[in-house]
Amino acid sequence: MTEIQAGAGVAGEATSDQVPAIELDEVVKEYVSHGEVVPAVKGVSMTIGEGEFFSLLGPSGCGKTTSMRMIAGFEEPTRGVVRLHGQDVTNVPPNKRDVNMVFQSYALFPHMNVWDNVAFGLKRKKVPDGEIRRRVGEILEIVDLVGREKRRPREMSGGQQQRVALARALVNRPRALLLDEPLGALDLKLRQHMQIELKRIQREVGITFVYVTHDQSEALTMSDRIAVMNDGLVEQLAGPREIYERPATKFVAGFIGTSNLLSGVVRAVNGSSAVLALGPDDRVVVPIRETVAEDDTVELTVRPEKITISTERPEGDLSMVEGTVSEVVYLGTSNSYAVALAGGAEITVFQQNAHDSTTTAERGDTVWLSWQPQHSYALQ
Amino acid sequence: MRRLRAALTPYALIFPGGVWLAIFFVVPTVVMLSLSLQSGNVADGFVFTWNWQSYVDGLTNYHDQIIRSLVYGLAATLIQIVIGFPVAYWIAFKGGRHKSVYLFLLLLPFLVSFVLRTISWQFLLSDNGMLLGPLKDLGLLPHDFRVLATPYAVIGGLAYNFLPFMVLPMYVALERIDPRVLEAANDLYANKFQTFLRVVLPLSLPGVFAGVLMTFVPASSDYVNASVLGGTNTTMIGNVIQNQYLVTQDYPTASALSFTLMALLLVGIFAYAKALGTEDVLEVAAR
Ligand SMILES: Nc1ncnc2c1ncn2[C@@H]1O[C@H](COP(=O)(O)OP(=O)(O)OP(=O)(O)O)[C@@H](O)[C@H]1O
Ligand SMILES: [Mg+2]
Repeated sequence: MTEIQAGAGVAGEATSDQVPAIELDEVVKEYVSHGEVVPAVKGVSMTIGEGEFFSLLGPSGCGKTTSMRMIAGFEEPTRGVVRLHGQDVTNVPPNKRDVNMVFQSYALFPHMNVWDNVAFGLKRKKVPDGEIRRRVGEILEIVDLVGREKRRPREMSGGQQQRVALARALVNRPRALLLDEPLGALDLKLRQHMQIELKRIQREVGITFVYVTHDQSEALTMSDRIAVMNDGLVEQLAGPREIYERPATKFVAGFIGTSNLLSGVVRAVNGSSAVLALGPDDRVVVPIRETVAEDDTVELTVRPEKITISTERPEGDLSMVEGTVSEVVYLGTSNSYAVALAGGAEITVFQQNAHDSTTTAERGDTVWLSWQPQHSYALQ
Repeated sequence: MRRLRAALTPYALIFPGGVWLAIFFVVPTVVMLSLSLQSGNVADGFVFTWNWQSYVDGLTNYHDQIIRSLVYGLAATLIQIVIGFPVAYWIAFKGGRHKSVYLFLLLLPFLVSFVLRTISWQFLLSDNGMLLGPLKDLGLLPHDFRVLATPYAVIGGLAYNFLPFMVLPMYVALERIDPRVLEAANDLYANKFQTFLRVVLPLSLPGVFAGVLMTFVPASSDYVNASVLGGTNTTMIGNVIQNQYLVTQDYPTASALSFTLMALLLVGIFAYAKALGTEDVLEVAAR
C-alpha cells in the first residue's frame, strides 16, 4: 500500500544492491488464544538494509513486538518467509540466528554479574577465553560500564541495566540488533541521553539496528527509515522526513505529530493537483497521487507549522481558508491557535514567536489561514 | 506524632508473633535446656545439678540412631529433590493456566492427617498387601520379600510425607523466573540444555535450598515413619526421644538428646549454607 513517490529520495529505498540484512516477505502471525484466532501481524513485507537504523513505529498492539520476535526466531510465522542476509531462516531457532535482541525489560541474568552477563553469548559460541576477555572489556568501555563488572543487575540503575543489555547483545557482533522499546522504562532525561548514546554506538559498531518504539519523536530523530504499523499492517515505510512531511495515510498523518485533516469535494483537476471546494472564498489546491475525478471527496493534511495566520486575505498562489479563532495558547517559543472553519473542521496552527510576543489574533477574531499547496498532501 | 507512630509500627507488627514465639518456643526451649542438665527421677523429682552426664550417656548409647536419622533424612531429602524438581518444573513452566489446579492436586493427599497417610503406606507396603501381594502371586518376587520394617520403607515414607515442603519452594523459585530471561539465553546461542544448566538451575537453587531446609530438618527428627513403617533396626532418634519422654520418663536424657540433635542440625545447616555460598542464596530467596 506504500507507493514510494518520485523525488522521495533514497530514504524510501533499501540501501543499494547488496544483500539486505533482513527481509520479511508477506509475513503473517496468528495466535490462538482461548480457541480464538488472534491475527497479530496480517501480512508484512519489509526489506532492511545492512547498517540501517530501522524503526517499527505504531500504537500499542499493532504487532511491532510480534514482528520483531519473528525476526529473532521466538515466534514462527503462520505464513510468509523471514530471510537474514538472503537465507531463509523461517524455521531456524533463535540460538542459531545471527541476530541478538535487547528486551524491553532487559531480561538480564539476575544471578550473574555484569561481566558474566555480557560474556554469556561468547562463551556459548566457544570463543577462546583471551578473546572473550578482550571483547567484553571493549564493549564495556563503549557502553561506559568499566569498573562495574562485578555488580549484579539488581545493584544497578535502570539506565545501567539498559547498557548491560545492550553490551550483552552487541558483544557478539550480531549481524543485526533487535531492540524492543529499549528505552521504554527510562525517565525522559535518561531516555534522551540514551537515544544519543544508541545512535553513537550504532555508528561506532556499524550494525543494523531494528528498533521498536511507540514514541514517534524517538523514531523520527533516530531512524534512517521507519515502518509505521497499524493493526498488523505497515501503513507507510519511508524515511523520517517523508513520513512526517508526506504522511501516506490518514492514520500516519494522525499518528505522527499534530496534523490537520481537511476534506473537500474536487471542483477541478489540473495535472497533478486538484482544486477543492471548501468555503465560498476559500481556495484549496492540493497535489494528488492517484487519479481523482471531479466530485470525488479528497482528504488532505497539512502540518500546523506550515500554516500562516493573518487577518487579511493573503495574495498569491497559496491555499487559503477562512475561520474563527477558538483558542490561543502561548507555548513559549511559539503560539498555538485553534481555528474553527465554517465547515466544522478545526485547524491547529503553530506560529513562532520570532520578533515580539504579541499574537496576531485573539479569540473570536476572523482570520485567514494560508499555506503553500506543496505542503499539503492528499491522503489515501 | 506521626514519626513516633511510624517508628513504632514495625514493633507493633512483630508483637503478636514475638509474644507467641517467646511463650511457645523460647520458654519450652529454656525449660528443656535446664531439664537436660538436671538429675533425679520422676518419683523423687529432678534437681538442677549441671549434670552433663545425660549428654554423654545420650551420645554413647544412641549415636547409632543419631547417625541413622541424619542418613535417613539426607536420603529422603535427595529422593525428594529428584522427584520434586521435575514436578515443580513442570507445573511452573508447562502448567499454563491450570497451575493452581496442579498445585492443589499436589497438596490434596496432604490434607489427610500425617499419621493416617503413613498408616495407609503401611497397608500398601505390607508383606502381602496391595503392592507386594500380586507381585508375589505372579512370582515376580520371592515370598519372603518384604519392604516394611526395612530402611527403604522408612526413607520412602519420609520422602513422601514431606514432599510438598520440597516442591512448593522449588515451584516458587521456578515460577518467578522471567520467561524473557530464558528467551535471552536462547537468543545468546544457548540451546535448551545449556539454558537449563546455566539459567534455570542456578535461579532455582534458592528454592531447592529452602526445600532442603524444610524437609531435611523435620525428616531427620521424625518418629512417626520409623514407628509405623520401620522395624527394630530402623529406630530413629525421634523414636528414642519419644520413648525416653513418654515411656522411660528419663526427661534429662530425652532433653539432652533433643538438644544434641538440634545442635547437629544447626551445624549442618550452617555448613550447608556456607558451602552453597549463601548469603546470596538467602538473599535471592528473600527477594
Ligand atoms: N502470545 C500471544 N497470544 C495471543 N495474542 C497475542 C500474543 N502476543 C501478542 N498477541 C496479540 O497480538 C497483537 C500484537 O501484539 P504485539 O505484542 O506485537 O503488539 P506491540 O505492537 O508490540 O504492542 P506494544 O506497543 O503494546 O508492545 C496484540 O493484539 C496482542 O494482544
Ligand atoms: Mg511490544
